Amino acid sequence: MLLFLFKRIIVLLLTLICLSFTVFSLVTIEPNLKKLALNQANMRMEEDEVQSWLEKNGYKRPLLVQYGEWLGNAVTGDFGYSTHFRKPVNEVIWPKLGHTGILMFWVFLLTIPIALTIGILAGMREGTKTDRTLSIFAIFTTSVPPYVSGILYTIIFSSWLGIFKGVAKAGNITFENFALPVLTIVAYDIGYIARMTRASMVEVMGSQYIKTARLKGMPFMSVVLKHALRNALIAPFTVIMLQFPWLLTGVVIVEKLFNYKGFGFLLVSAADQNDIDVTLACGVVAVVLVLTTQLISDIGYVFLNPRIRFT
Amino acid sequence: MDSVSTLEIWQIFFTRLWPVWAALAVTFFVLYQMRKKLGTLGQIFDSRVGLVGLFIVLFWIYAAIFADLIALFEPLEQSGLYRRKPPGTINSNVGIPYIFGTDTLGRDLFSRMIYGSQIVLLIAPAATLVAYIVGITLGLPAGYIGGFYDTALSFLANLVLAFPVILLFYLLVAPGIRETILPNIMAGIFFIIPVLFALMVVFSRFSQRLSVLVPSTIVILIIGAWLYSGLVFNADPLGLVAIDPNELNIFAAVVFTTSPGVFRIVRGLTLDIRTRDYVAAAVTRGENPLFIMIWEILPNARGPLIVDSCLRIGYVTILLGTLGFFGLGMEPESPDWGSMINQTRSYIRLVPTIVLPPTIALASFVLGLNLLADGLREQSLKD
Repeated sequence: MLLFLFKRIIVLLLTLICLSFTVFSLVTIEPNLKKLALNQANMRMEEDEVQSWLEKNGYKRPLLVQYGEWLGNAVTGDFGYSTHFRKPVNEVIWPKLGHTGILMFWVFLLTIPIALTIGILAGMREGTKTDRTLSIFAIFTTSVPPYVSGILYTIIFSSWLGIFKGVAKAGNITFENFALPVLTIVAYDIGYIARMTRASMVEVMGSQYIKTARLKGMPFMSVVLKHALRNALIAPFTVIMLQFPWLLTGVVIVEKLFNYKGFGFLLVSAADQNDIDVTLACGVVAVVLVLTTQLISDIGYVFLNPRIRFT
Repeated sequence: MDSVSTLEIWQIFFTRLWPVWAALAVTFFVLYQMRKKLGTLGQIFDSRVGLVGLFIVLFWIYAAIFADLIALFEPLEQSGLYRRKPPGTINSNVGIPYIFGTDTLGRDLFSRMIYGSQIVLLIAPAATLVAYIVGITLGLPAGYIGGFYDTALSFLANLVLAFPVILLFYLLVAPGIRETILPNIMAGIFFIIPVLFALMVVFSRFSQRLSVLVPSTIVILIIGAWLYSGLVFNADPLGLVAIDPNELNIFAAVVFTTSPGVFRIVRGLTLDIRTRDYVAAAVTRGENPLFIMIWEILPNARGPLIVDSCLRIGYVTILLGTLGFFGLGMEPESPDWGSMINQTRSYIRLVPTIVLPPTIALASFVLGLNLLADGLREQSLKD
């Protein structure tokens, strides 16, 4: 187990270095740096002045040296300086991440129980009317991406019925302005997890030990709850965790759509405004979040599924 | 300003779409007649869900093909007098109604929606196809040979999959990137793989028969070089194949984000199929690994791959919409659905219907693909 953990963490660190290097080299490409130079020093610089500005600020050194310097600072917690907000990146990014954390918390709180219930109900009796209806419902919700459903919900609930607000203000959480963003992400996410749960449930319900339990006369509901559920939930657990990159994309879209000033909004606006240090920090934080959830998923899988524990 | 009633709007809508209805009727008639010979696709008639999906997908395919016949206006034609008009407003200059209203520049939403399907239905399946060939070419040996090759490629695939897609798009589909040669390098790598794949297919089958091998290799190389020069270097000697730099950028980014997923599926299927008896028989016969991978394993993996490709085209459509929604990559004028959503969504307080055509178009097309995939899977599981 310790060896497994050790191996996983080594791979994770390796992945992290590769990914952060990719982000670094893509953010600091020549055109972006030139724009930065024009923005920072003087809009009407000549080409050779731009070059000397880049030279002076150390952007002409080999990419690996620059990356090493950035990595050294990042490891000690210094992510640089935001050229747009004019303060250290650390003061910008963490409060925003907190806002997104609150959004994610509500999303998870609603998605997981609803999706699992739908999946279990649909999968426990394959092919019945309940199964078909719930499956089609799940297909429907996954087919409508958040930038479509969010707009449709805004028209229905905000413009037409006037129940909720079409704009969500960060730091001011009321049911009224939080309902639509959460609803949008939850609706999109439910479908996928529900379908995975259903598939896993169908497989477990067809296995030998469930048949045995049924044949020895156990009531159907207690077979489902006592025997099937525990094994059927292994796959959805990993899926929920591996969903994270996808969820993050949904969050970025929803934050942009509802003007919710969280992490996703910051990422998008930093990339638009060529705020290099913030984009880098956001990218790396996103990647770290994704890799951490993958690690949790791996460890959780080993705990939940004793069959692979010692291989 | 004059306008037509809601009933008339739908009347015009249905009559304008007559080429689509006619083509759909013919297609379904032919498919129904041939259903016995079509294998899994023929069994779709037993699945109501799959049939609905097929109907929606074909609807958009025909809408894209007959766009010139269906559209009432030019997709880029602006009109300062008729901005953000509700559905049914008649343009009194030409006497034609804007049946779904106009956007903020006075462009007809119905026509833009129809023309938008051309962009989406060209890029999404094409990008999925290239992503598939890349995924198959790399995934088959990863599953069959394994070892270091598998470890290295799986690590790379996981790297790409660990990126949140949106971050990747902001990094790869940016105006700054287009000034570098990175999109061309990526496209260069992705487009060389289909050529290599075609060569491998031919070589593995006809390596003993030079009379077939040599001419077909030459044909593949000529066609490959022709398409390659047009797509990657934008220097087609015949001037037939051309692609905008920003479209190439989108294409490369979409293939890049999609192919690792395909790789994983193909690898998983290969790991499963290589333990089958017919593969063991081929090994005993002394077939070379290339032949076994392409002619024994791949055809037997087609069921799950067809289902997955339907889902993946839908997913790529969503990705393209995401790009349009964030205003990345596409031309600002472009009538693709994602850009239309982005251009109209600020005005939903003034005219709530303004955003409906592109949103419903996009959602219905993806829904159709997902339903079709569900129907196909259900039917293929029955066997």
